[in-house]
Amino acid sequence: MRVLSIAKRLIKQLRGDKRSIALMFVAPVFVMYLLSAILTSATTTPNIDIISAPEAYVTKLQSLANITKVDNEEIALNNLKDKSIDAYIIFNGNIPKITLEGADPSITSLVMNTLNKLSTSSVMLKPEIVFLHGSKDMGSFDSMAPILMGFFIFFFVFLIAGVAFLRERISGTLDRILATPLKRWEIVLGYFLGFGLFVAIQTIILQVFSVYGLNVPMVGSFWSVLVINLVLASGSLALGTLLSAFARNEFQLFQFIPIVIVPQIMFSGIFDLRNAPAWARILSKIFPMTYGAEALRDVMLRGKSLMDVKNDLLMLLGYALLFLTLNTLALKKYRKA
Amino acid sequence: MSVENVIKIEHFKKQFGKSVVLENINLSVKKGEILGLLGPSGSGKTTLIKAIVGMSEPTDGIVSVLGTKMPSLVAVSKIGYMAQSDALYEDLNAYDNILFFSSLYGMKRKEAKKRADEVLELVLLKNDGKKLIKDFSGGMKRRLSLAIALVHKPEILILDEPTVGIDPVLRIEFWKEFERLRKDGVTIIITTHVMDEAEHCDRLALIRNGGIIAIGTPDELKEKSGESTVEGAFLYYGREGEVKSI
Repeated sequence: MRVLSIAKRLIKQLRGDKRSIALMFVAPVFVMYLLSAILTSATTTPNIDIISAPEAYVTKLQSLANITKVDNEEIALNNLKDKSIDAYIIFNGNIPKITLEGADPSITSLVMNTLNKLSTSSVMLKPEIVFLHGSKDMGSFDSMAPILMGFFIFFFVFLIAGVAFLRERISGTLDRILATPLKRWEIVLGYFLGFGLFVAIQTIILQVFSVYGLNVPMVGSFWSVLVINLVLASGSLALGTLLSAFARNEFQLFQFIPIVIVPQIMFSGIFDLRNAPAWARILSKIFPMTYGAEALRDVMLRGKSLMDVKNDLLMLLGYALLFLTLNTLALKKYRKA
Repeated sequence: MSVENVIKIEHFKKQFGKSVVLENINLSVKKGEILGLLGPSGSGKTTLIKAIVGMSEPTDGIVSVLGTKMPSLVAVSKIGYMAQSDALYEDLNAYDNILFFSSLYGMKRKEAKKRADEVLELVLLKNDGKKLIKDFSGGMKRRLSLAIALVHKPEILILDEPTVGIDPVLRIEFWKEFERLRKDGVTIIITTHVMDEAEHCDRLALIRNGGIIAIGTPDELKEKSGESTVEGAFLYYGREGEVKSI
């Protein structure tokens, strides 16, 4: 019953704190929207200047790139310098010489891909391409969206729960409630339940926005994704309250973000770790976010069921339980019994 | 269980790291007694109080409350505690603060509501129950803290500087309430800096240099020291204490 008292009090407190509510419910949606705007930019065609080239070459290239004919290399070089073109081509007899800007790898590979198409399309037959999951239209945002969604839930829950628990300690109320018959685990669990409600709302908002607003691909069940997100959020909720025990003020709590939170997104599958050094792969296995990301991708992109990702879910639950236990132990600093 | 001594402290020692705050403290408090703890700031009054409330464990020695060795969750439910700094939830109103704490003591909702009205009336905050704590003045917060300490009708009341920031009129009201509680058999331990408050206590313990340098009724202390006021006695024993420690 005391657990529920704590939870109820937290809900009452947060309801009066409009700014925190806004941070919880609006901020993740906002950031998710910005990222989708950046990452879903349509596939572009490169801008290429041609100084001299065989007629056949130019016509072929015209279907793949925006071509401008210029008179000499100097004009082309200037265009390249002010970034109005991505490359220029000059033929030296039969051999084309291609000059690229080269500072942006994504543009470089775009130009290279375009020119490769030019040389292969005539020689080979068009292969038949089959996708096991996803499609050729799937952009990088689509494939990252499940991870990003999970990460923002993880991050914002960590922040709000950590600060709330910290405030309880700074204001002296933690000391005060420990002078009542309240047991340590009851506080921890009360916090867990009280914030759990807000986390659930936050998760639903972000998930509905991502799936129906941003049209993130969703092959699996909406409810399975919700379960994974909630389990993931439990882990971060527990982690936030645990780490706040080691911070003396908000500033110190925020110092945990670059150490504990940022690496989680880097190692959770956003970047391909297959060729990374062994320690990096081991590190990724330590972070709870990795299991959440894996499960979310499996369900959203590959249409797997909760049973298929049960190992990831168990890991996440294990982490949540571990953090909650550690938090209860950390409170021993305040009262032994 | 001895009915007489509600609180018993034997060979109490508390140290933080290497610095010993209190050492060899022996103290018994009888049922229905008001014991005043006097001492300069930093002398360890709050440290002693936290051990009685069960918030910290002694480095050495035993603290027992109502026959139970502290820290104990059973004994804690019979203690009303008012901390030195007001530990209230600023985003909640006074009423919700009281209801929250009463629920921690396991009080039923209906009973808690009735009791909340009673204690709010007692500390003259009846008309401010729906006000948020962030809009409270310092004195109002102090009064609410006392109301919360009283909500579960504790047998023992531990008050850490309860009258700081409270105007003289209200202070008299507070003391009237303390004396009323004493008549009902409530045992009260109170720390204070205010010497005329000390006169109201049944017994006084002077804490200095990590120990109790004198204990007795206000009259006894005045008599033994040959001073006419408690303040004089306090200063007298303080000098004595320093001489002893050299």
